Amino acid sequence: MHYDASGKGIGISSLWRDVTKRKYTIQVLVLVGVVVLFSVLINIASDSLQKQNIASGFGFLAREAAFEIGETLTSYSAESTFGEALLAGLLNTMLVALLGNFLAVIWGAVVGITSLSHNLLLARLARIYVDTLRNIPLLLQLFFWYALITEFLPAIRDALNPVPNVYLSQRGMFFPMPEWGATHGWALVALLVGGIAAIFLYRWQKLRQQHTGQLFPFYRVAAALLLVPPLLAWLIGGAPVELDVPVLQGFNFEGGLALTPEFLALSLGLVLYTGSFNAEIVRAGIESVKKGQKEAAVSLGLSRSQALRLVVLPQAVRVIIPPMTSQMLNLTKNSSLAVAIGYPDLVNVANTSMNQTGQAIECIVIIVFVYLSFSLMTSAFMNWYNHMTRLVER
Amino acid sequence: MRIFIAVAALVFAAMSITAYAGKTLDAIKKRGRVRCGVSNGLPGFSSPDSKGKWKGLDVDVCRAFAAAVFGDSKKIDVVGLSAQQRFTALQSGEVDVLTRNTTHTLSRDTALGLNFAPVNYYDGQGFLVRKALGVKNARGLNGASICVIQGTTNERNLSDYFRKHKMKYKPVVMENNNELFKAFMAGRCDVFSTDASGLAAQRSKTKKPSELVILPDIISKEPLAPAVRHGDDEWLDIVKWTVYAMIAAEEMGITSRNVKRMKKSSDPDVQRLLGVIKGNGKAIGLTETWAYNIIKQVGNYGESFERNVGKNTPLKLARGLNGLWTTGKNGLMYAPPLK
Repeated sequence: MHYDASGKGIGISSLWRDVTKRKYTIQVLVLVGVVVLFSVLINIASDSLQKQNIASGFGFLAREAAFEIGETLTSYSAESTFGEALLAGLLNTMLVALLGNFLAVIWGAVVGITSLSHNLLLARLARIYVDTLRNIPLLLQLFFWYALITEFLPAIRDALNPVPNVYLSQRGMFFPMPEWGATHGWALVALLVGGIAAIFLYRWQKLRQQHTGQLFPFYRVAAALLLVPPLLAWLIGGAPVELDVPVLQGFNFEGGLALTPEFLALSLGLVLYTGSFNAEIVRAGIESVKKGQKEAAVSLGLSRSQALRLVVLPQAVRVIIPPMTSQMLNLTKNSSLAVAIGYPDLVNVANTSMNQTGQAIECIVIIVFVYLSFSLMTSAFMNWYNHMTRLVER
Repeated sequence: MRIFIAVAALVFAAMSITAYAGKTLDAIKKRGRVRCGVSNGLPGFSSPDSKGKWKGLDVDVCRAFAAAVFGDSKKIDVVGLSAQQRFTALQSGEVDVLTRNTTHTLSRDTALGLNFAPVNYYDGQGFLVRKALGVKNARGLNGASICVIQGTTNERNLSDYFRKHKMKYKPVVMENNNELFKAFMAGRCDVFSTDASGLAAQRSKTKKPSELVILPDIISKEPLAPAVRHGDDEWLDIVKWTVYAMIAAEEMGITSRNVKRMKKSSDPDVQRLLGVIKGNGKAIGLTETWAYNIIKQVGNYGESFERNVGKNTPLKLARGLNGLWTTGKNGLMYAPPLK
């Protein structure tokens, strides 16, 4: 065996004798193994496909899809391509994932904090909710919500009308939407400006508090900053109030904003199910902060809510984030159960595509790629956030 | 994880195809049973009865294969498949043959790597609506919500038809036939659309079939035929001629009741079909009594039709296109000579 002056191995044999080099050697070997395995598998598969005369390749993405999709965020129609169909499905998946995660985190926080409440009734109710929903398979819950909407809400002609122009039926919920005009664009710009101003205000008041100890009524001023400019823009624009109102025409409501039973059932199911896990994570996070922290905060003169907001939660967040990340990933992946209740998410559209084209492997590769990138992006973002909030040791 | 498993399954499935190609009959004989992929509960075509025994027109074809190969129509394994699963199940060798009201189309015959046997039911896509809706024909469906099963020719026909007539519709697409029909019955959709035979089958399952009407319009051609994997001609021949034998038997007036007597017939065509004059069995690679066994145990095409979907069943379907060509009406059933 050869050693150099520092005691490290040299020559070829050092690749597995030297501890630091061995780490890399093993990784490279594993990587090569995986690549070889997959290329062999892909080769055999494409060989067999060829023998069976089954079409392969991604050329089908540019062909006309010739099937309709129930609800899309794009201007998709049957004349669009398979690529556009998959994009429409992808956007539907993203809509459910973003909205679902946003609501599930808030809902989880509310329920988690409630389950620690001093109000025994509320705390018990929160516990029952968490224990029940966590232990029922999500698919069953989705069927339940879907059946609830389609079986128990009235038929479209007898739609409930709780508020003028809002309709509730087994075909979903229908809302009026403001008729979009230039004024609304300016109001949006004003909102953006107000938001940016609020961010600067936040930094300024934080610095001022650190230097002088003076408190600033930030939340009230920020709320005014967000509300007043858009309102002003809207008033200056002549205060347009035209609404795009849903109207029963023929078989269905036309106009306004429609939320289909599939979308409602899927979102509701995902939020309530994932929310129950999130609640447990939040509760565990808060309980992980030592009691003394809160007592110390209260003895310094902070109110109970200030103690929670300024002392307990910032410490709890560090415990909460890693498991919360995996729940976010879970919700995103679980959204593929949409197939069962007919919401046209990516998997649903890809299923139809693979059946129309017969190119199952390609479609599944696309699905895998999309969910993998979703997951990697979510964890990258959460890792960054985790890094931001970790304990800084001085 | 689910998706990862699916990929692995697909890749391995694609690999395993080679192992089966050209050897389907050997595999069937070794296993001792014919494995057929059928629809998940479509009354009249394939659905389990109260004792869990599969019955229907499509199941009869499967039994006929077993009768031809083993001389025993009971030697079948029936696998219920959704429209979405069926082609993968066949391609991967999970089933030997699809007898699952599958439409014969060019792209399935080519790009999907299938081969189709003769049609065993001529169908067309129609619309089922509630009588209370007051719709008289398909042109009155502009703007309707339509429930349609995923992975079928129906999805595409629907969009073609509405495009052609410049009408709009909102599809609700699900993989599970039964969940979808439940949603339609609940009122989620105005219309349920699939092959007309399927509409009759679904309607027969409801509590008050008279409240539902099938619109008169048929918007597509749906020749439903058994399908096998591309590349195994020997097995394709058996599947093909089994279907023909049942049609030919009806043409010649041979039924499960009189088949024993018909062996003494002086008609050489009958004698060839029943194996009295030898030759057909050897040519196709089976025993000489293959067709005799089919007719004896399963019956001819007409018997199977009447037993499962005909006038005296809940489906009440007329022979129509599925009558014999020889009757001179508009029947399309026609078997080439079995000689």
